[in-house]
Amino acid sequence: MESTFFGINTVTFITNLVIAGGIFGFMFTMGAVMSWSERKQSAQLQDRIGANRAGIPLPGGKSLKVWGFINNIADAIKCLVKEDFKPRAYDLFMYNLAIFFAFIPAVISVAVIPFAGEVHLAELFQSWYLKWIPGLPEYFATNLPNYVFRVQVANLNVGLLFVFAVGSISVFGAILAGWSSNNKFSMMGALRACSQMISYEVAMGLALLGIIFIYQTVDVWSLVQGQRELAFGWLPKWGIVLQPFAFFLFIASAVAENKRMPFDLPEAESEIISGYYTEYSAFKMLMFMFAEFIEICFVAIMITTLFFGGYSVPYLMADGFHWPWGAFTAVSHGNVVLLELGSFLTKVFFFCFLLQQARWSLPRFRYDQLMRLGWKYLLPLALLNLVVTVIIVALGGF
Amino acid sequence: MAGQYLPVLLLVIIASFTVGLILLLNALLGPKAKQRNDFPSKYTPFECGSDMLEDNNKRVSIRFYLIALLFILFDLEGILLYPWAVVARSIGTVAYIEILIFIFFLAVAFIYAWRRNALEWR
Repeated sequence: MESTFFGINTVTFITNLVIAGGIFGFMFTMGAVMSWSERKQSAQLQDRIGANRAGIPLPGGKSLKVWGFINNIADAIKCLVKEDFKPRAYDLFMYNLAIFFAFIPAVISVAVIPFAGEVHLAELFQSWYLKWIPGLPEYFATNLPNYVFRVQVANLNVGLLFVFAVGSISVFGAILAGWSSNNKFSMMGALRACSQMISYEVAMGLALLGIIFIYQTVDVWSLVQGQRELAFGWLPKWGIVLQPFAFFLFIASAVAENKRMPFDLPEAESEIISGYYTEYSAFKMLMFMFAEFIEICFVAIMITTLFFGGYSVPYLMADGFHWPWGAFTAVSHGNVVLLELGSFLTKVFFFCFLLQQARWSLPRFRYDQLMRLGWKYLLPLALLNLVVTVIIVALGGF
Repeated sequence: MAGQYLPVLLLVIIASFTVGLILLLNALLGPKAKQRNDFPSKYTPFECGSDMLEDNNKRVSIRFYLIALLFILFDLEGILLYPWAVVARSIGTVAYIEILIFIFFLAVAFIYAWRRNALEWR
């Protein structure tokens, strides 16, 4: 118990490592799943069949296709064995560095998001789905009887500010890629991406002020705890209930920040090929695509955490359901963790679906319309939302 | 205090390692490029298949700089509002009145920028 690793308790270090690895694996998998669902969902919307050719041959003449998911694996393998093409770039170092700058911020901004509530390690291993593992339940019950951890990579008190700070770094990815590629389409795409991202970042930051003001914290863990409380004894105090208008402002500016359809001017194929990553090929191009899909997943995670109660299930406390009519249903700790994780993932999947549906339903903006929407509508409306919130709170609301 | 950020560092290391590994694998597994001079057009900047018509170092529209300047102004003002938003409800009425005055001045600056056509994209 007393052993330390770089000045940190070994058990804490191992827990951190497992959670960080697990959440990275989740985000990476979501990138793959989203690139598959993007193809298949667009096919359904446009009355096409979509990806369905590639398959793993099975004995008996059939092949395992998993509704086209194997196509994606085939694509990844194909990109891996293509030539590592080096264009005549201005600066090959910056050209390669841009991939890291585009991909890493997308993954690490998820560090402050809680995926489930507090987990009691020894009790978790008494649950029906883990107690069959030989040795471990007894080991944790005797050696770590009181060890509790949170399913969150880092519990930072700066929370949302960390998300914004890391989100700003991805601008560097776009501008470095565009500048170092030595291609005028890349440069145009990078400029468009850069000015779009910084414009909508202002609106996004101001839209969330109302949320921070009501829950009095930027710490994401406390934000979720605040949303677990009940108004009038039955209505969960979710962000969407207290700040419905901010939700629409946030979803619009977050989608624009990620350069997605209706706002995908930086990658407008019909105008500038594929924007700032025109000169990237093979897996380098795929890394940019991956980063984009992971960012979409992250927007869904942010919407879930800030406006839909994060991992919380209405009325579910640490020991079971406290129904508003006074009844009580006991739920074991293992099941509570499963329910919270399931609730979080269900909400995230729903919003991923919604954002992709928006992509195939809406036409693209023109650049002046894009800038007008960001500066002349979203920004003043976000400020107005804050003023109205302040006045309602001052008059004794909430 | 700094220990709080160690898991973030872990995540950064895992992510950079994965990206680096994939790029390395791509470089190792992919076919090797021939001599640079074999296919000169392969190494020209991509331009829809045609030869390059003009230089890449084109001048950039001044609007982009203006947007960047506006961003710095409004982002600074936004970041000033964050600490206020965290503590405002525990301070009470004084904080509400102060921030309404601040937002009033912000709105004046915003309307000024709007009236001077700083927000128009032409």
